[in-house]
Amino acid sequence: MSIWQKFMLMIMAIIPRWIISMPFFQNLIKKQEQVHRKAFENMVLGQSLFQLNDTTTGDDKPLPKGLQRELMPGHIAVILDGSRRWAKKRGLIPIEGYQAGVTTLGAFLSLCRGWNIPIVSLFLFSSENWGRPKEEIDYLLELFEGSLKHYLLRYCNKFGARISVIGDTSAFPNSLQKAMKQIEEDTKDFTQLHLILAMGYSGQSDIVHACQNIAMKVKDGILQPEDITKSLFEEQLQTNVTNVQSPDLLIRTSGEIRISNYYLWQSAYTELYFSDALWPDFGEAEFAKALRSFQQRGRRYGKI
Amino acid sequence: MSALQIDISWSFSLEVTAIQAYRTMDNKQNRNSITSNLGHIARRCLFGILSMGPIPDHIAFIMDGNRRYSKKYNMDEGAGHKSGFIALTTMLRYCYELEVKYITVYAFSIDNFKRRPEEVNFLMELMREKIEGLIEEDSIINQYGVRVHFAGDLKLLDESVRLAAEKAMAASACNSKAVLSICIAYTSTNEIMNAVQQSCEENWDELRILDSCGAAYGLTDYSGNGDTKDRKSIVVTDIEKHMYMKVAPNPDIVVRTSGENRMSNFLLWQSAYSILYSPSVLWPEIGLRHLVWAVLNFQRNEFFVQKKKKQH
Repeated sequence: MSIWQKFMLMIMAIIPRWIISMPFFQNLIKKQEQVHRKAFENMVLGQSLFQLNDTTTGDDKPLPKGLQRELMPGHIAVILDGSRRWAKKRGLIPIEGYQAGVTTLGAFLSLCRGWNIPIVSLFLFSSENWGRPKEEIDYLLELFEGSLKHYLLRYCNKFGARISVIGDTSAFPNSLQKAMKQIEEDTKDFTQLHLILAMGYSGQSDIVHACQNIAMKVKDGILQPEDITKSLFEEQLQTNVTNVQSPDLLIRTSGEIRISNYYLWQSAYTELYFSDALWPDFGEAEFAKALRSFQQRGRRYGKI
Repeated sequence: MSALQIDISWSFSLEVTAIQAYRTMDNKQNRNSITSNLGHIARRCLFGILSMGPIPDHIAFIMDGNRRYSKKYNMDEGAGHKSGFIALTTMLRYCYELEVKYITVYAFSIDNFKRRPEEVNFLMELMREKIEGLIEEDSIINQYGVRVHFAGDLKLLDESVRLAAEKAMAASACNSKAVLSICIAYTSTNEIMNAVQQSCEENWDELRILDSCGAAYGLTDYSGNGDTKDRKSIVVTDIEKHMYMKVAPNPDIVVRTSGENRMSNFLLWQSAYSILYSPSVLWPEIGLRHLVWAVLNFQRNEFFVQKKKKQH
């Protein structure tokens, strides 16, 4: 930011609110927003987010100490929680927390690719998040759109990652919905990594929609009620984009110990790991700790 | 094993049996002893302090760790499950003194049928015995006015266990102070599928009746509720009213002992927003301090949830 912009920021911080509502200052505020938007566009298009150097082409990275390749999870689900708290702790605005979150996400995904984890599900936007302040939601959706159009597309092309978007996307702006369909189309042939983005997703709605689909089939006479089996039900869930619908490991950052309506049916036997680190601080060390904890667990599925 | 090791393991198991004996005594015979009364008064003071904040409506317990407990103290496997039952009655007592209205316990999963037949038979026999014990006059159920509800696919159980369960449900049907849901032959996925099947059958039957008198074509609505929405699709309320766990609201806290951090197909639908608490203690060793800690965590979380609600 230039000195002039910093000066304007300082002035606006000390002027009382009733003056700010005057039209002259409203123009200045709009200018500030344009500056923010430009910075955001530069961030999304620019190379600063791309932390990998060009030598890493998606080949296998060495695993950290204590991890065994045979015991790596096949499907990891992550709840990216804590970006706003991270920003608040540092005296920043929530939006900057989200920007830091995107950086961490890039690093996380490249680790997943390097350690050969085939499927990664990310809980980006829950149906409960609609209750947040409007400006924040608008900014977040623009961030998603920019990431989908530029950053994630570049990532997928580089690493051969396929993207699927699940959840109720009808409430999102049309441009975002188009961007989602576009990236699904562009990346549908890649096979190295499958990225499932849960946007506007609610575990309970997923189950209800599956129930409704099955009920329609019963009504139409295609199916009898007694023929409803678990695998049939799972085919109707939104996670039917992949064969391995149940995550082996679910990581939730920021120390909250709940599922918050993410994968409910799918996480019946999932190992849960709750990390105290906030999402932007969730680096390689924390991820390795989560994997180490996963590998030490005895999974019996109730049978042994 | 050397002689010293044998001595130590013997004294450990003596100590363990002494603790178990004390717990059973506290429950049945020595209720009027000075120590148990003092303990009771101290507990009531503690619960009085806890009650200054919100108390959870519904706590769910996954009773994990009985077999590891018996291995740890070199007991028979069956003794581990019996100690687990004693721990359960103690926890129930504490929860009812704290005035928690709904408690759910995960007694036996449908996946557990795949265990060794001896173990399954032992567990069935133990459950039958303990369920019949619940109907007795001086059981904890009658002491605290608890209605017992068995959630799960009871058709998969042995005849004797199912009859005992139905008898217990009938005997406690008029109790209304609290509800104890015991999940036997239960998995959450089975519960949801069963709910879908029953909703489909219910809707299907309704449709067949309307069809037979020509009303399904939308010309006349004989169902009487004037609802012109698409009656052929099911909604959330249809599913929820056919769930085994419809007698209780969603759990506020789900406690899983032995340090494992997974849901194991328990209350998946209902625990979407519940706090999960996983102490590393084994189920037979669970005590008052774990319950207090869980409730304190719940109260802290409720504080933030209320604050967020006020902000929005």
